[in-house]
Amino acid sequence: MSDQPFSCQQVVELVTDYLEDGLDPDQRLAFEQHVAVCPPCRGYFSQLRLIARTAGTLSEEDVPEPLRESLLDAFRDWTAGPRKS
Amino acid sequence: MLRVARGYGLGAATAEDVVQEAWLRVLRSLDRFEGRSSFRTWLFVILGNCARRRATTERRSVSLDSGGGTAEPAVAESRFFPADHPRWAGMWTTLVDSWDSIPEERLLAEETRKRFRASLDALPARYTVVFVLRDVEGWPSEDVCALLDLTPENQRVLLHRARVRIRSALEEYFEERG
Repeated sequence: MSDQPFSCQQVVELVTDYLEDGLDPDQRLAFEQHVAVCPPCRGYFSQLRLIARTAGTLSEEDVPEPLRESLLDAFRDWTAGPRKS
Repeated sequence: MLRVARGYGLGAATAEDVVQEAWLRVLRSLDRFEGRSSFRTWLFVILGNCARRRATTERRSVSLDSGGGTAEPAVAESRFFPADHPRWAGMWTTLVDSWDSIPEERLLAEETRKRFRASLDALPARYTVVFVLRDVEGWPSEDVCALLDLTPENQRVLLHRARVRIRSALEEYFEERG
């Protein structure tokens, strides 16, 4: 426990790898040991996990407006195209 | 869609071509749409396939993970003690709220969703695609890797970058609202 191989700055880069099971067992253990004793990293970890979880509650109407607009434009162009010729 | 196509390193005119091509394919294969994903996801997958093929044939292929070799940090360096600090090198200089105390109704409030959407919209297209498929649509990582032709490592990098950017935007929002 006293020997922490990860700094906070490293831990924040590894959260997704941890959640996705992309760390080897040693790294995983070191990650968990760091987060267990480091409140800011624990906070950061919770934030990212919350984002990953709540994103699923976004619905179709949460498609960014410009994205939806460009979609509709592309569709209008396409439907207009063949009819002209 | 144009933005997504441009995200594959295509020029403006080619990107427009690719969007048209994607629409054609979508409309021709509507009967094969199984409803396993949302229509939007399906559209983006087809668009991605068209864009990637075009990028390859143009020999301007840019890998999904390109965009500079230097990784952007998940959190601004200024929030950590510098590497030469005798005792706290690489440790946080500030507290980080876990957001656990934020009531659920506020997390799901329209204003928060608006911020979420805005931050999603501001992401580079290749981050958006991975984030939407994984975290919004809930696809398993193997499917996303297969569809976007990504290694598991690259997929995790893109997903992580998307999440950390969204996190920064939301953190700003929660802090300014107190």
